[in-house]
Amino acid sequence: MAEANARPGDQPPRLEVHDVTKSFGAVAAVQGVSFPLFPGEAHALVGENGAGKSTIVKMLAGVHRPDTGTLRVDGVDVDFAGPADAKAAGIAVIYQEPTLFPDLSVAENIAIGNQPLTRLRQIDRKEMTANAERLFRRLGVPLDPGRPARGLSIADQQLVEIAKALSSEARVLIMDEPTAALSAVEVERLFAVVRSLRDEGAAIMFISHRFEEITALCERVTIMRDGRHVATELVAGLSVDDMIRRMVGRDLSALFPKQDVEPGDVVLEVEGLSREGVFRDISFSVRAGEIVALAGLVGAGRSEVMQAVFGVDPYDEGTVKMHGRKLRKGQPRAAMAAGMALVPEDRRQQGLVMELSIERNVTLPRARKLARLGLLFGSAEHEAAETWTTKLQTKLGRLSDAVGTLSGGNQQKVVLAKWLATGPKLLIVDEPTRGIDVGTKAEVHRLMSSLAADGLAVVMVSSELPEVLGMADRIVVLREGRIAAQLTRAEATEESVMYAAMGQEVAA
Amino acid sequence: MTVTSDRSAPTDAPLGAPAAKRFGGLLKTRELGIVLALALLVAYTAIDNPRFLSGQSIRDNLLNTAILAVMATGQAVVVITRNIDLSVGSVLGISAFAVATLMSNQDLPMVVGLLAGLAIGAVAGLVNGVLVRYGKVPALVVTLGTLYIYRGITYSWAGGSQVNADELPRHFLTFANDSILGIPWLVLIALVVVAAGSVMMRNYRVGRELYAMGSSPAAAELAGIKVARNLLGAFVLSGALAGLAGVLYAARFGTVDAAAGTGLELNVVAAVVVGGVAVFGGSGSVWGAALGALLLTVIGSALAVLDINQFWQQAIVGALIILAICADRLVAVRIARSLRKRDAHV
Repeated sequence: MAEANARPGDQPPRLEVHDVTKSFGAVAAVQGVSFPLFPGEAHALVGENGAGKSTIVKMLAGVHRPDTGTLRVDGVDVDFAGPADAKAAGIAVIYQEPTLFPDLSVAENIAIGNQPLTRLRQIDRKEMTANAERLFRRLGVPLDPGRPARGLSIADQQLVEIAKALSSEARVLIMDEPTAALSAVEVERLFAVVRSLRDEGAAIMFISHRFEEITALCERVTIMRDGRHVATELVAGLSVDDMIRRMVGRDLSALFPKQDVEPGDVVLEVEGLSREGVFRDISFSVRAGEIVALAGLVGAGRSEVMQAVFGVDPYDEGTVKMHGRKLRKGQPRAAMAAGMALVPEDRRQQGLVMELSIERNVTLPRARKLARLGLLFGSAEHEAAETWTTKLQTKLGRLSDAVGTLSGGNQQKVVLAKWLATGPKLLIVDEPTRGIDVGTKAEVHRLMSSLAADGLAVVMVSSELPEVLGMADRIVVLREGRIAAQLTRAEATEESVMYAAMGQEVAA
Repeated sequence: MTVTSDRSAPTDAPLGAPAAKRFGGLLKTRELGIVLALALLVAYTAIDNPRFLSGQSIRDNLLNTAILAVMATGQAVVVITRNIDLSVGSVLGISAFAVATLMSNQDLPMVVGLLAGLAIGAVAGLVNGVLVRYGKVPALVVTLGTLYIYRGITYSWAGGSQVNADELPRHFLTFANDSILGIPWLVLIALVVVAAGSVMMRNYRVGRELYAMGSSPAAAELAGIKVARNLLGAFVLSGALAGLAGVLYAARFGTVDAAAGTGLELNVVAAVVVGGVAVFGGSGSVWGAALGALLLTVIGSALAVLDINQFWQQAIVGALIILAICADRLVAVRIARSLRKRDAHV
């Protein structure tokens, strides 16, 4: 590891991340990470979802401040109070979602904050447009500097971002999954540009999930896992197998106990489900007492599949059956009537009404059943809410408090209570423990396990491998909208799931 | 997928100049539309009653527009940043009453009055800006609150009294009607304010940053734009111009009570929206807003000349606002379509 950190006979590092730690609340996102970035190199940063890559990027961009540790540019300690400081230090960041101003022209977007001025300190538009044209010629892209940024394709927006970085004479270019939304041709064009920048002496940090891109573009790679630095090595000396092993290699603690349950009848059957451009030919089934996990990388289509099964999103082909009866598509009401419940990924947006009381939230999906003569009585609500929050051991003050006052873990329990109160046969949970501390996480897992033991069929969408491996009886791995593998609990290891998710052959 | 190592065909393709022109043309039609509407309205009214084009009538229209245009300039800047300032009517009121009280029965030069009005407005605007930025309360709510607060302060101060024209110095009262080179001071000040505002928004960095902030607030933060400074600046400007408008109001009407300028904020917002400033920020122009102010004023006087019930004036202003917003949507859709078409050819 040490050999790779110092490049023999080369310049000193342009940028150094030194022993940096950053926590959000009780969650440590990055812990004691160090690595250097040299001029003239393209450096890959890889890790699972939630390994801390984005936090590193945001610290370098001046959005977050490290709790401890230092960032160094050209050997000098820097302390960024905001994005302006990072920019002034020569660091340019290209986010996965480009951050242009749609109403301004392309030339203005490139020059913003740095426009050429006339003697009267007015903006010199001619010079500004000429600059943009010069940059586009240098990058070899035919973009019109006069058009507004609104309506540009993602690929073109990224090229504008690169031109922006060049115009501010950035010496460090950080790219957070720039290729995620690009076609193969666009990726090639982007890489050609990035290579020429690298050859001109820029230091480039490249974040990607696609290994073929890393081997094609980067010399060195830094691997992160659970917020920690695992290794910084030459890409040439590392096989894809090695990389994956280091990304996932961790002790699987006994945090996630799924009781063994003799599976019952088939509850959910999905056959040949397809949606143009999103997922294709998805088939799987879930039996009573079983927990089936949908695994895969962010963007593989996991949530989209389950949204379609529940009827929130449409699908083009295929069938969804509950207890052998076909469900009509696009009708969440029908799905709920058949005994399906969906706990969405984004609690704040989709799962809870933050301003309403806990009891009101719990009883929301079955307000009709509780109502007498169309009127909802507080006592009925209270009773129902009490039963379920107690069962789930939710920590709360009063049932009449607003849900927004609860911690993330307890909010998640309220969402679960809300759906369990409807007496479902199939529970779909999307990222059940995202943003929840470790202790509550274990509780949510225990809960899911006991629910399964009671005969509930559970489908869990999760980005966290340990959770998937610990909880699931079977794992359906999706990759780019297709099923890459179906693994039983015995077959599933961190490696086999990651191999399938990333499209690599399982090495012997 | 493989990635080739050589650079993939970087050609110096011609940069699409026609699209840029077409886009510029579409943008201009927005202000051009107001000019056309104005011309039609004036022509129709003049045919019905030629005196509508007399020197006195034009002068009255311009004088009536001046105060609205000064306030619309400040409002346009605030709306472009995706905010709104509803307190301007009350700021005008407090400034008009304060300055009239200051000037009454004293021999202070006009400049003192103007500066006092600007200062009072600037402080009121600063309070708005601080609450929006650091209180993290939406501008709509903050300025709705200060609308009542500033008005309340004026009422409790005035306590039902009013400053009458005979208490004010002569030079203060004639200021509104005095001319230089045939142009009334009031109109001249409005022209200077609108011109300065337009140049600032179009040709200076801070102006473009204000557009950027309205276009994408999150991206503005990431781009390292001094968002807090600019936002406070926009509210201070809007407040100061409302304060200035208060002085002009006092000079023009002579008699000032605590109710001066009540409800004016809605006319100002209407002028800005009719003038083509997007309600969600990022686009529009100061001189478009000033044209909007002129159009609203001319509609008012034209209806009077045409002997149409004043009731219709409000309905027509309302229809214009809706029309303006629909036109913006239409233009935006057309731009998007023409750009998409162009991309398809590349």
